[in-house]
Amino acid sequence: MRVPGYGLMIDRDAPLKFRFDDTWVNGFEGDTVASALLGSGIRLMGRSFKYHRPRGPLTADSAEPNALITTHDGARRIPNIRATVQPALHGLRTRSQNAWPSLAIDALEVNDLAAPFLGAGFYYKTFMWPKAAWEKLYEPAIRRAAGLGALSGEADPWRQEKAFAHCDLLVVGGGPAGLMAALQAAEAGTDVILADEDEILGGRLTREAEQIDGRPGHVWAAETVTRLTALGVRIMPRTTVTGAYDGGTYGALERVSHHIADPHPDLPHDCFWRIAARACVLASGALERHIAFPMNDRPGILLASAVRAYLHRWGVAPGRRIAVFTTCDDGHRTAADLRAAGIEVPAVIDPRADAPDDAIRGEVVATRGRLGLKRIEIRTSGGGRRWVDCDALAVSGGWNPTLHLTCHLGARPVWDENLATFLPKAGAVPGMTVAGAAAGLFSTTQTLESGAAKARQALDGLGRRHQPVTLPDARSEAARQIAPLDVRAPKGVRHRAWLDFQNDVTTKDVRQAAQENFASVEHMKRYTTQGMATDQGKTSNVAALAVLADATGRGIPETGTTTFRPPFSPVPISAMGAGAEGAGFAPERFTTSDPAMRKAGAPMIETGLWYRPGWFPQGSEDWRAACTREAAMVRATVGVADVSTLGKIDIQGPGAAALLDFVYTNTFSTLKQGRVRYGLMLREDGHVMDDGTTARLGPEHFVMTTTTAAAGQVMRHLEFVTQCLRPDLDVALISTTEQWAQFSVAGPHARTLIQSLVAEPVTDETFPFMACGAVTVAGIAGRLFRISFSGEHAYEIAVPSRYGAHLWRDLLARAEALGGGPYGMEALNVLRIEKGFVTHSEITGRVTAFDIGMDRMISAKKDCIGKAASRRPALLAHREELVGLRSASGAQITAGAHLYNQGTRPDAENDQGYVTSPCYSPALGTYIALGFLRDGRARMGETVRMVDRVRGQDTLVEIVAPVQVDPEGGRARG
Amino acid sequence: MRFNLLEIVRQGLSGNAGWQPHWRAPDPKPEYDVVIVGGGGHGLATAYYLAKEHGITNVAVLEKGYLGGGNVGRNTTIVRANYGLPGNSEFYSHSLKLWEGLEQDLNYNAMMSQRGVYNLYHSDGQRDAYARRGNQMISQGDDAQLLDRAAVRRHLPCLDHDNARFPVLGALYHPRGGTARHDAVAWGFARGADQRGVDLIQNCEVTGIDIDGGRVRGVQTSRGAIRARKVALVTAGRSSQTAAMAGLRLPIESHVLQAFVTEGLKPLIDSVVTFGMGHFYISQSDKGGLVFGGDLDFYASYAARGNLPMAEHVMEAGMALMPMIGQAKVLRSWGGIMDMTPDGSPIIDKTDIGGLYLDCGWCYGGFKAVPGSGFSLAHLIATDTHHAPAARFRLDRFATGALIDEEATGSQHNLH
Amino acid sequence: MRLTCPLCGDRDRREFYYMGHATYLDRPAADAPAEAWDAYLHLRENPCGPTHDLWQHEAGCGAWLRVTRDTATHEITAVELAR
Repeated sequence: MRVPGYGLMIDRDAPLKFRFDDTWVNGFEGDTVASALLGSGIRLMGRSFKYHRPRGPLTADSAEPNALITTHDGARRIPNIRATVQPALHGLRTRSQNAWPSLAIDALEVNDLAAPFLGAGFYYKTFMWPKAAWEKLYEPAIRRAAGLGALSGEADPWRQEKAFAHCDLLVVGGGPAGLMAALQAAEAGTDVILADEDEILGGRLTREAEQIDGRPGHVWAAETVTRLTALGVRIMPRTTVTGAYDGGTYGALERVSHHIADPHPDLPHDCFWRIAARACVLASGALERHIAFPMNDRPGILLASAVRAYLHRWGVAPGRRIAVFTTCDDGHRTAADLRAAGIEVPAVIDPRADAPDDAIRGEVVATRGRLGLKRIEIRTSGGGRRWVDCDALAVSGGWNPTLHLTCHLGARPVWDENLATFLPKAGAVPGMTVAGAAAGLFSTTQTLESGAAKARQALDGLGRRHQPVTLPDARSEAARQIAPLDVRAPKGVRHRAWLDFQNDVTTKDVRQAAQENFASVEHMKRYTTQGMATDQGKTSNVAALAVLADATGRGIPETGTTTFRPPFSPVPISAMGAGAEGAGFAPERFTTSDPAMRKAGAPMIETGLWYRPGWFPQGSEDWRAACTREAAMVRATVGVADVSTLGKIDIQGPGAAALLDFVYTNTFSTLKQGRVRYGLMLREDGHVMDDGTTARLGPEHFVMTTTTAAAGQVMRHLEFVTQCLRPDLDVALISTTEQWAQFSVAGPHARTLIQSLVAEPVTDETFPFMACGAVTVAGIAGRLFRISFSGEHAYEIAVPSRYGAHLWRDLLARAEALGGGPYGMEALNVLRIEKGFVTHSEITGRVTAFDIGMDRMISAKKDCIGKAASRRPALLAHREELVGLRSASGAQITAGAHLYNQGTRPDAENDQGYVTSPCYSPALGTYIALGFLRDGRARMGETVRMVDRVRGQDTLVEIVAPVQVDPEGGRARG
Repeated sequence: MRFNLLEIVRQGLSGNAGWQPHWRAPDPKPEYDVVIVGGGGHGLATAYYLAKEHGITNVAVLEKGYLGGGNVGRNTTIVRANYGLPGNSEFYSHSLKLWEGLEQDLNYNAMMSQRGVYNLYHSDGQRDAYARRGNQMISQGDDAQLLDRAAVRRHLPCLDHDNARFPVLGALYHPRGGTARHDAVAWGFARGADQRGVDLIQNCEVTGIDIDGGRVRGVQTSRGAIRARKVALVTAGRSSQTAAMAGLRLPIESHVLQAFVTEGLKPLIDSVVTFGMGHFYISQSDKGGLVFGGDLDFYASYAARGNLPMAEHVMEAGMALMPMIGQAKVLRSWGGIMDMTPDGSPIIDKTDIGGLYLDCGWCYGGFKAVPGSGFSLAHLIATDTHHAPAARFRLDRFATGALIDEEATGSQHNLH
Repeated sequence: MRLTCPLCGDRDRREFYYMGHATYLDRPAADAPAEAWDAYLHLRENPCGPTHDLWQHEAGCGAWLRVTRDTATHEITAVELAR
């Protein structure tokens, strides 16, 4: 219900309506869904995970375990939203979840009746018989019952963003400590970001009746924010700092438009920030803890600080008669505030020996009210018991500093006996200091002072000069508290006392875990699921720890704690993964001919970020027909292909030749200027890294070609070799892959075509096989290489990229005039298989020079990368060796098929090898392939069995030499 | 105490007061036949199979922290036997057979669920590599199917099949793969070993290894010296440190691997799906949380936590593959320390020191190996001969070149 | 995580490629015994604590860097050009 005259942050002149299940709920601007529901007298907002217990909100903040709802409709649906932080928006659709058929009548509440049999870890002890029933019966039933909300099942349509930010000082939390820290730092001229998860800065000041500098605390906070803005501080409201990472990097989730009923379509829903901060002041406040007392989970039982928050900030009381149960002075503050608002407080119960006189010394030992609290039973310290009617209970079990971020780099918090709470470990995160309640300072005076002091400490670390800021006047009493209490029910009364509300973990579960020797705190957590719900145990972990300590006869410090890990509060996958949907996951690289190829209908296939054409269909051709035609075309006339994607590395300097000798197995220092040589490159572990041709353009100038996929790896490798292993070599490298557009022109008419294009004479004398040189292409300085990956008379012609698109069009026209045309990757693959040239289908990374029959290319006269390791014994004998395969039956050969000797069982023991690259060879009129066969070079002419079980192929293949077309190589030379 | 429904009912009716410890908390004895250093999944499984298969029960498992506190309790719970190379193939095949029936063997519900594992492919080259792998799996006696685009669409409606960057062209499907409840696996083996007389000693850090005359004689611990005829180091994540106590230098570099879990959601992903283009894998737990992970953070680390670049990369892969999970919120991330070897495959072997055994180098594949590793190491300890399915996991294979390089990335430790 | 490239300054970890321990700088001679190559390629001290490792500022200046770093805390105390 609403309380007249209260409600600091709601605008009673701006009413709004939203739907919760089938009810329209009235609220005001500034409300959360939870405050509006409570204001309308609705306390039941959710169901617990395991027992489906009816639940209302426990908190007024992001630590909420109970009041989880689903918002929005259709594809935009978002499950597991905390009603306590979701702004109430006009027209918003909200729904309860994990209840059927309705929130009030939930069939699975039957679980609660079976609770004695569903205690900690029960599922580890059953569902094992009969064996098949786990997967057929039990597990499907469990999965259906489990889970909280449901996703829409459609692609997430919310617009999400990511961004980077840099600052000198990040202040986490905009309460009194954070505001003072930001002020102190800003006045010293520091670049400050102040982030707070709330929409309005001020922290508890927006939720209490408290005076600072003679005016309401929230007014002081708002004025301070204005000052900070004027000083250039970047204020980030609605921004939760979710994680602390190495090197002063913080993750933060900004809820950019959650508070807008009808946001502009360009506004993202969230933005995930990566903030690089040279220093950080953590001023994240504290979280109140609950008390474990019998039946403490009913709707209407809230934390005392939450009751004050609802009253002051939203003008809402969760009941008409609100009792208080507290082990901390703050409970009494709640009672006083409620009474001042004219709300009846029938009892204030405080078990502490030094409880104020007007309190009842005792404990709450029972409660009633299935869908909402109706009465509580009090047991006084004298042992008397009585029932008190009330419809809400404000509970305070003391405060835990919100120290989660201090644990993200692995530090564990330290128990403080005096404060009866955990405190952050000093120096837990380099560059981070902790101020205010997060450091265990619970009075406003202390927090203001510590905020400024910790900022000065950070400024000292940054080497900044500063003058102390003036501290405002504030209330100075710190609430005293005692260690978490575990209230036992009177003898003979069956009861449960909840710790983890969402996961339904009770004190009995923790005690049972200890009894079963899950005595380590990690074991207890994992066995009972304590602290593993969406709130990650924010309101319950310390209480659970106290119960475990008691059950195992240890103190809390000896029991230890579990740790907190990022994120501080849940982060949508779409926020941290923003931008990757659709085509956004990896960069796309396009050749200069790409638009023309797409226009020609070529299917573009991704190869190592690049897109290359599969084939160029004519008419109704399928891929195979097109491929066969193109391959035959190259062998008969002339074909043109874009090979710009191959890596090109320009290598210059007096040491260039020596570098190549060192990184290639074979020798390049002997290569003549104007000539090209095939090179084989090993990794230092003796396996083939890459291969390609390198051209010598000048005495100290080489251009290396790499495969498309390995270009980056080879470049990095060459940088490593030149900088780290051979700094003696005077050589410079640069990748020029994107600077040159390069095209292959292959086939008997290749020379005719090339000659028609370039100014210089192209003959066997000027450009013999494996020659290279500068040419003039339509007045443009280009390069010509007479190299062949098809076995045909062929060239690669290169021009600066800006002329690539034009040259492609020109080449196509000239090729077509000669009866040729473009060819794609499929035909290129056929041509190279026919010639026995390897690609990364063969040189997979597990393959040695020996395996592909190139061991003799490892020069005996010099050292090279990988040479030593390639001599290891197991790499030189009984290997699977590169062979050619030819169908012996006319049946297709398939990639990935395994090879077996005829007459043996095709099982793993008898495996002889496998097929890597098969194709239909138009030149040979049959199916051929490359593959690897155990000791294959000695087995030419044998017939082996090829079995491809995943495709249902089983046939015989003949072992032949890898080069199946033109083995003498006359076509390329001639 | 046998665990079954009847016992649950009996205990439930009597206030659950009669549950017994799942394992004792013994003090260390002065001497054991076998001391296993490391109370993780592999160490506990080794102890269990030593007792069960070989009748060797005078065994202690020494654990620095709490049982199952290492990677067995921080992984993405995937169980599979879909390797492509001899060495791995037979080992994981054997391990999967042990997984099938583990609950009945252990009388502990480890929730092994053969939900199927899909390795998606996005190019012809990947398809062919999976075909080769699938053929290896079948020839090893395991199951594999090469699914085309239409089939994957039917099986996994949750994906963005027509993703503009990496459209899903098909998958290698391994029906017998799945997931298990990771902690329960450790606890089940612990309880089984304890019931057979093995002493599980927690909070007992090994500080030294006693070697005399080329033979191991025992260990020094934070709870005193313990003599032993045989000692096995089963300390993945800290292997280099424990081996150094015996003067050994291992072919291992430690790396951190992150994993993530979301809040509980109603069922939407029924199987394990892997997305090779993003090194991303995901499944949904019985509790409803999406459990997923990606690649290593890539720098040597012993800090059980990761950094943002890889965390974001993993989320990005998730958004590319299945944008329907966008509004699932990540609840928790964690990191485990991986023993990365130069070929990405593990080591189960004797050492040059008599009676000293090694089980390490599991990279990020250790969880599914738990039963197989325990079984094979127990065989090695008990018989001093290599168990056939693990016979290729030799320590000297890097020196000899008899590598098992599944990823084909070579000797750089972090690339596997 | 951030590294300070001696040539470019303080940069995010995503600009860098990691290779492994600085052992990789000490390549054995061509005729070194097999054990030396095994140690170079495979065996690692793998300390839990301060170590030296090799990174490349791949998305920046391309420099290979020898980084002094703690593997337990990720603290980086020195970054110098690898030579």
